[in-house]
Amino acid sequence: MKFTAGLTGLFALSAVATVVTAMDALPECENCGSDDMTIASWGGAYTKSQDEAYHKPYSAMTDVSIINDDSGAKAVAKLRAMNEAGNITFDVVDVVAADAIRLCDEGLALEIDFDTMLAAAPDGTPASEDFGDLLVSDCFIPQIVYSTTFGYRTDNEAWAGAVPEDVCAVFDTENFPGQRALEKRPINNMEWALMCDGVATTDIYDVLSTDEGVQQAFDKLATIKDETIWWSAGAEPPQLLADGEVAMSSAYNGRLFAAIEEENQPIAMLWDAQVFDLDGWIIPTGMSEERTNRALHYIKFATDTQRLADQAKYISYGPARASSAPLVGQHAELGIDMAPHMPTDPDNAQNTFLYNYEWWADNSDDLDAKFQAWLAQ
Amino acid sequence: MRFEHVQKSYDGAVLVVKDLNLDIAPGEFVTMLGPSGSGKTTCLMMLAGFEPATHGEIFLNDKPINNVPPRKRGIGMVFQNYALFPHMSVAENLAFPLEIRKMGKAEREQKVKRALDMVELGAFGNRRPIQLSGGQQQRVAVARALVFDPDLVLMDEPLGALDKQLREQMQYEIKHIHESLGVSVVYVTHDQTEALTMSDRVAVFQDGVIQQLSPPDDLYESPQNSFVAQFIGENNKLSGVVTDINGQHCAMTLDDGTKVSAEAVNIGAVGSRATISLRPERIELSPDQSRENIVDGQVKEVLYLGDHLRIVMSVAGNDEFIVKLPNGGRHPSPVAGQNYSLGWSAVDAKALDPVD
Amino acid sequence: MSAHIQAPISDQNLGHIASTDQAPLTRDGKPLKTSLAKALRRDKLRAFLLILPLLGFIIVSFVMPIGDMLFRSVENKIVEQILPGTVTALASWDSTKDELPSEFVFATLADDLMLAQELKRHTRLGNRINYDQPGISSVFRKTGRRIKRFDNTAAMDALSAMNSVWETPAAWSSLRSLPDFSSTFPATAQSLRNWTRYVASEEGDDVDATSLVPHGFTYSLLYHDLSKLDSGALQTLESSAADLFAGISAQLPTMTSENFRQQFEDVDDGWIDLANWQTIQRLSPPIVDSYFLASVDAERTALGVERKPTNERIYVLLFLRTIAISLIITISCILLGYPVAYLLATLSVRTSNMLLILVLLPFWTSLLVRTSAWKVLLQQQGVINDILVWVGLIDHAGRLVMINNMTGTIIAMTHILLPFMILPLYSVMKTISPTYMRAAKSMGASDSLAFWRIYFPNTVAGIGAGSILVFILSIGYYITPELVGGTTGVFISNRIAYHISSSLNWGLASALGAVLLVMVLALYWAYDRVVGIDKVKLG
Repeated sequence: MKFTAGLTGLFALSAVATVVTAMDALPECENCGSDDMTIASWGGAYTKSQDEAYHKPYSAMTDVSIINDDSGAKAVAKLRAMNEAGNITFDVVDVVAADAIRLCDEGLALEIDFDTMLAAAPDGTPASEDFGDLLVSDCFIPQIVYSTTFGYRTDNEAWAGAVPEDVCAVFDTENFPGQRALEKRPINNMEWALMCDGVATTDIYDVLSTDEGVQQAFDKLATIKDETIWWSAGAEPPQLLADGEVAMSSAYNGRLFAAIEEENQPIAMLWDAQVFDLDGWIIPTGMSEERTNRALHYIKFATDTQRLADQAKYISYGPARASSAPLVGQHAELGIDMAPHMPTDPDNAQNTFLYNYEWWADNSDDLDAKFQAWLAQ
Repeated sequence: MRFEHVQKSYDGAVLVVKDLNLDIAPGEFVTMLGPSGSGKTTCLMMLAGFEPATHGEIFLNDKPINNVPPRKRGIGMVFQNYALFPHMSVAENLAFPLEIRKMGKAEREQKVKRALDMVELGAFGNRRPIQLSGGQQQRVAVARALVFDPDLVLMDEPLGALDKQLREQMQYEIKHIHESLGVSVVYVTHDQTEALTMSDRVAVFQDGVIQQLSPPDDLYESPQNSFVAQFIGENNKLSGVVTDINGQHCAMTLDDGTKVSAEAVNIGAVGSRATISLRPERIELSPDQSRENIVDGQVKEVLYLGDHLRIVMSVAGNDEFIVKLPNGGRHPSPVAGQNYSLGWSAVDAKALDPVD
Repeated sequence: MSAHIQAPISDQNLGHIASTDQAPLTRDGKPLKTSLAKALRRDKLRAFLLILPLLGFIIVSFVMPIGDMLFRSVENKIVEQILPGTVTALASWDSTKDELPSEFVFATLADDLMLAQELKRHTRLGNRINYDQPGISSVFRKTGRRIKRFDNTAAMDALSAMNSVWETPAAWSSLRSLPDFSSTFPATAQSLRNWTRYVASEEGDDVDATSLVPHGFTYSLLYHDLSKLDSGALQTLESSAADLFAGISAQLPTMTSENFRQQFEDVDDGWIDLANWQTIQRLSPPIVDSYFLASVDAERTALGVERKPTNERIYVLLFLRTIAISLIITISCILLGYPVAYLLATLSVRTSNMLLILVLLPFWTSLLVRTSAWKVLLQQQGVINDILVWVGLIDHAGRLVMINNMTGTIIAMTHILLPFMILPLYSVMKTISPTYMRAAKSMGASDSLAFWRIYFPNTVAGIGAGSILVFILSIGYYITPELVGGTTGVFISNRIAYHISSSLNWGLASALGAVLLVMVLALYWAYDRVVGIDKVKLG
């Protein structure tokens, strides 16, 4: 995965793309069944943003009613169970890229021909170019770019006015004392640890592939282990920060945005070394042709340039298409410009990191066991 | 054991026990008899120490025990439902009070064996209470109350759960055990037969007051008031007005105008109302003219009960007048509708307080 | 419970009915026993019919899923299904020698993978093997992308050069019809089966695979099968199937096949890593113990079963911790629940009903809400710490850590499970007549002695029932530990949930579940031996 380099450039370039408000009229869905479809996603504000930007317009256009299923992270396991039982009830599933890769590997997700099955950009750029490097799997239609980054309280007396400027402040308990919160999984944490232990960004996965490298990362993490609370649900870190339980926490940028802008908590973002990740759609295999066609028809609509840009009105995640970036407007309720809050905004994306899906696909089982063992010690 | 002016109230409004005075001699078997709610069980619980007396003092061996907790009173107790500990064997149940008294193992076993032999359950020591019949459980309960040689044993309706035949058998057994051990027993029951069979003295309770404290025969023969007369044994009531009092005797005019003479036991002055209590077996059918009282009556119903005939008659305005006629087999049975004259002696007719 | 509930057995009933010499008969002359058995059989049948719906429900909803789970923990047909030729070829490879499998094995692997990538199953297999051999899934993924571009025509060319009949499907038809075809050419036969499926997948069912010549992989395997024959067998072939194999004895030594091993090595170094091959061979059988070994922090290496390196051992620790914390929770529930149950059992019915509702109240609030409430109370900036600081018991810097650790799990779960202790205790205590205590006191026992010798032993049944409920429930809890357990307060069930819904390693999840099930049964058995399960009473 080399899209680290390409991503920010991509969005910088797209600024010159012409603004087109509507795509060419979507053709009628041929040989499509079912008056309703079930879409599995993450629930909460996220599903709401999809509802507003995708589901409602699509229903208005086609009379297909959309049922939201808030299975979240469990959707992957559910899909596998449905596949074994031979009864797929999800028509479209929203998953993170790593899960999409795995579902694709297992043959549970439909392979997509991006240029024929997805809409081209308004200027005619084929979808495969418009999405560019974000197409990390043959089955995965990216929707948003989100990032795991750091938030910190702005009222820490013990910090004596110091403001963290790079990610290594997390490991600097001298200048930035206080509790931290990190996600209870090795992904990202291991990379940050090595990064702050002097390993060059390009070497991180090579180092992490050795036992010594893993130990090096653990040793670095061990320096703050006593001060760290480990979170597992995305809603936890903003709450921990808001309650003053921790001074600094890794979190999804959209959650932090909600805490800062919508709830006016004394929290600030630290964009340095934010880790990009992708979230998007997959279409399950094993459905009837009519349902598959319906799902493809929906996807073609929901991932066009305008729709992706629309979603950003409701949640601060970056649209996955280059052509959507210039169309990102203002927050639907707060009326503030959303562009500066996007992880892909050039100011925010000066130092970013994209985790290596393939490396983690190979090593997450092993490293997760080691990580849990390390945590439990 | 002595109650002195003991009063008890649970709610501060109603006295359940009113001014109780009772003196029990060593080795005596005293029964507290009364209908439910009469305060007899409360007295027993105060004696055992489970309920404090609201007022008054209870003495045991001339020592006041109001402030002595139950465990230090050394009183054996048999409960209505036996209260045998279900998780212990019969022998362990019996050994429990001995263990508490820190008795050595050998002595303990010997005492348990003796107690079990006493109630003829020597072979049942290893059984659990639940494996015994009701009568056996009852005997174990008695043995357990006696095994630590208390001076006083309290029994709270111990035979209530047994069937009639077994109950009678147990009455004798308890009586015999009492006689052979010479221990004092305070026994609570609502069954007068039990009370009369077993007791040296019976205290009849009503409304928190002892109505009469007497040996069983006195209680039957010489009830002190209408309640006792009514409560103990069968009894015919004849209400009327006292017309003359002459020492032990009095003359009365019954409500229908019949004039009778009776023994003056508990009556007011001449002119006051009184009730005559008359036992059914003391009445003679077609008596000699020499009888002190001769009254006419009509037979309403005759019940054949084997050893005697039970005749319901209408006498002096009382339609439920009972006469017991021993089945001598000589005279023909009376028939409903016949008129008879009835006679009784004045000493058998007790003039008592009015009931209406 | 106590004697007074039992109908007293009257002494008269204890006598027995005198037996007679003859077996008793009913009035119609049939033996009494037969008639009785018949009558009872009808009753039994009726009773069975009554429970049949429930029995069916339990089998479908409980026994079968558990059976399926237990089976998944050992089931491993995937390797044999996706790499059938390779599994057979690999059977004769000696993994203890420091030597890669032969070229023949690589040829079978290429043939199997050609079909697997067509059916998109190679990555699934890669993920399965990756559980045991980290890193191998990308080897499969990369190879799948490249397998179509493998050179594979050398053997085809050589055979066609020997006899042009090998350029036609007819050669394969006559080869198939040879007697002993499958036993003489086992790898070829397997490859032809793969080929048939490949054609079906690629072209659809309407194309007859026998009307085509197979791809080069099958020729390569025919070459390998031929190479394995001794000269006698080859000569027999030359005469019995002259139309196909005339001159094969002379030609064979000059023939070559592709160097598949080199091609695999070019795709990924993983294919010349002995450990990868050892793992594939180890996972070849349809039933394997690897999930169970993993669930107790062990693995099978070339040297046999070994414990995993210290930094990967996690499950045994979690199992032990789960049991330890569950025991602590059970004991806390006893200590907190006993007085409450006692109060409930001794108060008047009116008051105790009221209190009972309070006890049951937690059941009516969602588990998540309750758990979150504990967070608000227990966290360092939470209510309890605030009060302690305000009272002055602790200073601001010394705020207690009561959540996101074992303490948090114990507090929150004790609260959640307390009703399961109180209810059985209460129902048992209610049946204990207060006269027992009075009897004991009348015999001279002090309050505490009467309690410990008389009251307490009679409540042991309730403690047993409550403890079993609380312990077994807590051993399987995962939401609460996940939310408040931090790192030191999580249970094995959290790992099971992780493997079910996140890592999708259902085999390991099943093995962990099976170990947990066995542990619970073992504890249950031990409990039965020590306390006696018949002593458990729910009321």
